[in-house]
Order: sequence, then structure tokens, then C-alpha cells
Amino acid sequence: MKVALFIPCYIDQFYPKVAIATLELLEKLGCEVTYPLNQTCCGQPMANSGFEHLSKDCDNNFVDNFRGFDYIVSPSGSCTLHIKEHLHGSDNQASTHIRKHIYELSEFMTDILKVEKLDAKFPHKIGLHQSCHGQRGLKLAQMSELVAEPFSKIERLLKMVEGLSIVALDRKDECCGFGGTFCVTEEAVSVKMGKDRITDHTKHEAEFIVGSDVSCLMHMEGIMKRQGSEIKVKHIAEILNG
Amino acid sequence: MSSIKIDHATASVEFNKDEAHVNWHDETLWFVRSKRDKAVFQIPEWEQLREAGSQIKNHVLSNMHDLLLEFEEKATANGITVHWATDAQEHNEIIYSIIKNEGVNRMVKSKSMLTEECHLNDFLKEKGVEVIDSDLGERIVQMRNESPSHIVLPAIHLKRSDVGETFHKHLGTEKGATDPQYLTEAARQHLRDTFLTRKVALTGVNFAIAETGGFVVCTNEGNADMGVHLADVHIACMGFEKIIPKAEHLGVFLRLLARSATGQPITTFSSHFHKPREGQKMHIIIVDNGRTKQLGRPDFRNSLKCIRCAACFNTCPVYRRSGGHSYHTAIAGPIGSILAPNLDMAQNADLPFASTLCGSCSNVCPVKIDIHEQLYKWRQVLVKEGHVPTFKKLGIQSMAGVLSSPSFFRMAGKLGRFLMKNTPFVVNNKLNVWYQQREMPDVPKESFREWYVLRGEKINEEEKKAL
Amino acid sequence: MSAREQILFNIKNNQPDYQELNANFKFESVYENLYEKFSEILNFVGGKALEVSSYQEIKDDVREHYQGVTNIATTIEELSALADFSLNISDPHELEMLNLAIIKGDFAVAENAAIWVSEKQLPHRALPMITQYLAIVIHKSDIVTNMHSAYERVKIDETGFGTFISGPSKTADIEQSLVIGAHGARGLVVYVLP
Repeated sequence: MKVALFIPCYIDQFYPKVAIATLELLEKLGCEVTYPLNQTCCGQPMANSGFEHLSKDCDNNFVDNFRGFDYIVSPSGSCTLHIKEHLHGSDNQASTHIRKHIYELSEFMTDILKVEKLDAKFPHKIGLHQSCHGQRGLKLAQMSELVAEPFSKIERLLKMVEGLSIVALDRKDECCGFGGTFCVTEEAVSVKMGKDRITDHTKHEAEFIVGSDVSCLMHMEGIMKRQGSEIKVKHIAEILNG
Repeated sequence: MSSIKIDHATASVEFNKDEAHVNWHDETLWFVRSKRDKAVFQIPEWEQLREAGSQIKNHVLSNMHDLLLEFEEKATANGITVHWATDAQEHNEIIYSIIKNEGVNRMVKSKSMLTEECHLNDFLKEKGVEVIDSDLGERIVQMRNESPSHIVLPAIHLKRSDVGETFHKHLGTEKGATDPQYLTEAARQHLRDTFLTRKVALTGVNFAIAETGGFVVCTNEGNADMGVHLADVHIACMGFEKIIPKAEHLGVFLRLLARSATGQPITTFSSHFHKPREGQKMHIIIVDNGRTKQLGRPDFRNSLKCIRCAACFNTCPVYRRSGGHSYHTAIAGPIGSILAPNLDMAQNADLPFASTLCGSCSNVCPVKIDIHEQLYKWRQVLVKEGHVPTFKKLGIQSMAGVLSSPSFFRMAGKLGRFLMKNTPFVVNNKLNVWYQQREMPDVPKESFREWYVLRGEKINEEEKKAL
Repeated sequence: MSAREQILFNIKNNQPDYQELNANFKFESVYENLYEKFSEILNFVGGKALEVSSYQEIKDDVREHYQGVTNIATTIEELSALADFSLNISDPHELEMLNLAIIKGDFAVAENAAIWVSEKQLPHRALPMITQYLAIVIHKSDIVTNMHSAYERVKIDETGFGTFISGPSKTADIEQSLVIGAHGARGLVVYVLP
């Protein structure tokens, strides 16, 4: 299985350990992983700001990097969703193939690799942050608004990790307020949302806030560091990798 | 009322200066969202019911012309006078002429978001007509010379002490009294007198039924009924999208509406009007005010499916932490943010950006409006139409340049990390909005790409050695 | 062009392609005991259901619970002995004095405790709202499951006005704190006859 690794720009620059964990994890699970070297970004920061029409070159660059693989996997629900919904490079066929074969890490592990057990240990109480785009966009977990059977792909994987326990939150799928450029254009509300999410986790004595999107984690980490909090953030890849 | 426009982000900074109040506002509205959850989880077919509501409304949009004609014909036969208004001005003029015709200069009005949208009260005030809003929340904000901050809970931005003060000033309640029971009783007495003495009463319309030429008005307080059953003239105002084909469709909508709005199984009163009572006159005003334009926008027309339950307000994490007034429009919240740009793009260009696009609004919507997707689409339209400040445009253009050039991207990333590590004051300052309340992430010594390339080289060397 | 013509013209030009409406929008609700469900929901919305076996029992209950109360009116022949206030008036404003109105309900809905009353039951539209307290009499066999069944049963334009009443009037406009008795009745008792 030929898998291309798509590492969002901010992970590449600020959280290489998350990318390394993702790469190692996929290799452990038997995938032949390549990281196309000329990749940049999914184009979401521009599109969400209303500049989708400027993302053509960025889209073409994405298609050039990721054509010809069985699957494209990324440790970010948000960027994956953006590609799935909005990638329109000049090469239509290649764009369609990519849109149909790009997966967020936990859904790739669940739906394609069908992982049933993991050799990982993390003896801590964690709070799970369900990122909106992963959850409501990619449907990685049931949404609290809908009258439907609950499920969570990420939780299912985390439960395979030895020693790990997940605390119950008051609002299990409220947005953290990152929201792309929203985090600076609407700074006041963004930070308040982040603080409130953190409080929900601390109140239930989580030692780590764990999530599948580094953007949300970076936002909450920034606030917690400023607060002098002891709680750390971790991406699921870092935990599932053992 | 102030007409100075402050954009959503700026208003939110102000709102967030009192964090305890923000917490209270957030919790109070989350409580309403929780009541909604509790109510809808008792209906196993809830998601199918939403789908039914959505399909009926889709049909309505596609058959609007004929349904309105059918309604007009039946309503006229029922003895209701039907008026048409292309915009707010015409709507207001028609109402004024009806009032003048009755030879009176005052009116009682139950909740109608359309009259808020048309600024009817201000218009009539200028003409010397006194309007008293009879919904308790609306009466409170009216006394304070404010606008409603929520379409279902108009005074949700106020604490009981604020209401106590207002009532002390206007109704003569005891100074410092804050008990909701006591304050509501005072309003009851005050408004009962109003109901008994007004000859003209105005209501909104929740649903108008084409098949029967009648309409339904829902309230909990009974204020719409109290007003119209004691008045000589009943004026009902509706945006044309309120039409539904048949009476049986009310079964779907009345099951959806109150559960979505407040978690009640139905409102206390769901009143069906078909004919004026003996000796009474009944008017209905069908209003466009930008709606035909919205109907012609394929990406945005289904915002007209809205039944005004405000579930999207209550679930919106931004609304709960910025307050209704930050939206500076009659209908706030997520739905307001996709309706308002249609009315005035320049004035409301900030609203589609007042969202993280988390998508919760679309999930609670009882008629399945794709609200968060429309917020995204409005952003694209607003940028193309030139309603976004230039500095943002320049920033995004350079970002687009960087992100389409892999080598430039690598250089920019490397430079950024170098600066953050060696000259933190360049990024950790007041000009960096991120840094105001958040630390920047730690700077790693190498990017993933650099690590990956190095690992490849090492593997190659090892393979060479092994050979 | 008149406003009417202009609006209709624009709608015709702008509305999307016709979309058929052929699905069945009626859902079944299954409750073990319709009365129990009705009573539970009525309680939830601030009202109270009382099972009675006869009109005499209603009379006894009213006399016990509204002792000394004057200005009582009823539309129900069998309960006329309770009334000291005639509804045979022409101006509804006179109803303002009313303390208790006892009226008949056409039928009730289990899922939301709503009771349909129309001009068939009401000599004055204002009656169930303007009275300080309201009592509605229904028959147990007249409880339907949900709103879909309700609209199968009622012809909404049979009279000029009809309303579903679910509980006493209420508001939560001050800090979301629930107050019973906004502008309409301060209390609702539903007497349920066999």
C-alpha cells in the first residue's frame, strides 16, 4: 500500500514530532510511506478568509505532489476536510482521485487499515478534544446535536492504549475557537472559547488534552502556557505510536 | 437607537471585558441548548422530522409564486385584506395608513422579527404613533431603548437586576426588586391595561397556509392573542417565505419549532386565524424586502427556509460569547449572518467572518439549512465584491504566493523559526494579535521536512556501508 | 407595476425549478397509555390533569379549590351551577373581570399536552387567555398521539379561530427563569372524563 504523508504547514514548522510519530506509526502498521518534499499547504487559510479564488496555484502544487498514490494520509482533520471538499487543481482527474483517497489518520486506521489492537502505553487521564472539522465534517465521531447512535473513531483507537483513561467532559464537542484566521481576526471570542474549553478539561482533572488537530491544540497550548498551566497537549499520533 | 456601526470583532472585545457576564451569558444559552437536546432526544424520528421540514420548505421555495396566489385567494375569501409590500418603507406605510384610517395613534404589537427588520417602531414614532411591544422580553428592551439581542429571548443579554432597575424607572416597581415573579407580575398588570385599551393590534406570522388562507401565531405568554382578540383591527405581517402548502404540514413544523427553540414540546398557544371575528377587521401584509433577491441566489436561497427558532443562536459558541448586539442586525447569530449580507453587503461584510465554521448551527437547524457552508460561501462573495479591507487582501495575496511556491515556503518557514528563536521580540509583541493572550509555540530546531531529508540521507549511507 | 405584481414577477423569475412534494410526512408515536403521557407532559408544562368520573366530581373539585372565588364562567351546560358570570355579552373587554373560565376542549394531544379549542367551543376568542385561571374539560377517548394525528382530526378553517393550548401562559424572559402566568391564564387544570 503506497501512502503519501500530507503534513500541514504549521505541523512541519512547529510540531515536527507529530509528523514523525505519524510517519512511524503508519510504517509500523505496514504502510509504505512517502513524504512528497515539495508540499506546502492545503490552501484553507486563504479559502476560509474568502480568497478561494487565489488558491489555484496552491491546489496545483498539491496535486503535483500527491498524484499517483493509493492513499494520502494526514494527521489533521481540518486540512483533510478542506482537500476533500475544495481541491480543484487544473488536472481534474488527479484532483478527484486525491479528494477521494485522502484520509485523516484516525479514520485511515479505522476504515482502511482496520486496526484492532495497538502496542502502545500511556498511563494518564486524558481529555479528548473533538475538533469540529474532523467530527462534523469528516464524521470521525457522532455529533451531540443529532439524535443518532454515538460512536467515535478516535476514542475507539485511544481505548486500545494501555493505561489510558478518558475523562467525561461537560460539553464533549464544543469548538475551541481556533477557527483559522478567526483566531486573530476575532481574538477576544477566540481566546474566550479556548479558555472555556480548557476549563472543561481541567475541571475533570485531565492531565493531557489530546486531539487530532494540531491547530486546535496549538491554540489551547498557547493559552495554557500563558496561564502557567501544568496541563500539556498531545496529538493522537504521539500516543498511538506508543 | 444608535446607528453607528461597530463591527462584530470590535463589539466582541467590548462584550468580553466583563468575563463573569460572558460566562453567565454562555451558560444561560447553553442551558437552552441543553433543554433542546433533552426534548429532541425524546423523539426517535427527530432526524426524519427535520428532513420532512426541510423537504416541505424546499418545495415551498420552488413553488412560491403559486402558493402565494393560492393563499391570497383563500385569505381574501375568508374576509382578510391582503396587502403586498416590496420593501420596509412600503410595509411601514401600509401599517401607518391602517392605523390612521382607524383614527387612533397607538397600537399594541406582539413579537414580529419582520417589524424589527423594517424598523417599524422608529417609523411610527416619527409619525406620532405610540407602539407598545407586548412580549415581556421585547417590552423590557423597548423601555431601555435597546434592540432585541435574540429572536426568541429578546432580553437574554440582561440580568434580573437590570430588569429590576428598568421596571423601577418605568413601572414604579420597588427599588432593588429583582424577583422575576414579582417583575413579571408588574409587567402583566401594565400590559393588561394596554391590551384593554388598544384598538389596533399587530402580530407576526409563524406559518401561513396556502390551502386554507389562514395563518398561525405561536406564543408562550398569550400576548398575541390578548392583543388581537380585544382589538378592532388585527394586522399580521409576514415575509413571503412563511407560506406552507397544507394544514397537515403544521404537524411537522409545530413538532419542530418549540423543541428546537426552548425545549418545550409546543408553545403554550398555537393560534390559527382564518377569519376576523365579528365586527373586526383583519389585514395581512406580505413583504419582500430583499427576499426575492435571496431567492435568486442558488447558494443562499435556502436561508429562506428558516422558521426563526433560534436554535442556531443557542448552540453557537461565538454568539454565546459575543452577545446578540455584536451582530448589529435585527436577526443576530448564525442565521442572521447569512441573511444580513443579502440586505446590505457593505454594512454586514463582517458577519460571515464571525464564525469558526464549526458546523453546530447546521446540525441543530430544524429545517436543515446548511448555515456554516453558506457562511463560507458568503466570505467568497464578499471578497470578490470588494467588501474586505485592503490590508487583509494584501496579506492573503502574499500568503497565496508563499504557499504556491515550495522553495519560498521553506525559506519563509525557516526564516520565521529563526526569528522566533533568536529575536523573539519580533513576534512576541503587541502587534502580534495571537500573542496578546497566548504564547507562541516552542520553536523546534528543525522542521519535519529537514528531519525527513536527513533521515533519508542516513538510510542511504547505511545502505551504502552495508554494501 | 404594483407591489403585488412586482413581487410575484420577481418570485417567478427567481424561484428554483419545481420540486415535487410527494413524501409522507406523518410519523407514528407509540405510547402505552395516552392519558398517562398527556398527564406527564401537562405537568411538565405547568398544568395539571385530573381524572374525574362525572361532572359532579368536577363541580366538587372546583368548589373545593376555588372556594370564595367569584366571577366564574363556563360554557358547559352541566356545570352552569358553578357560574356567576354570564358569557352572554357582546364586548369581550367585559371578560376582564373573569377569575375562572371552564370550557370544553375538542381533543387533546398526548405528545405535548396541547388541547384544541376553537370557536365551536368558545363564545369569545379572548376567553381562554383573559381569564385569570382556566379549566378545560376533555374526554379520555379524545386524546390523540401526536400532532400528525391532531391535524388529521381537525379542520383548521372550520371556524374563524382555533388554538392549541398547552399549559398555562408562561415566560422565561427574565434570566431564563420560568414564571407561570404571563399575560394569559395563571393556571390550567384539565378535567378528564371517561
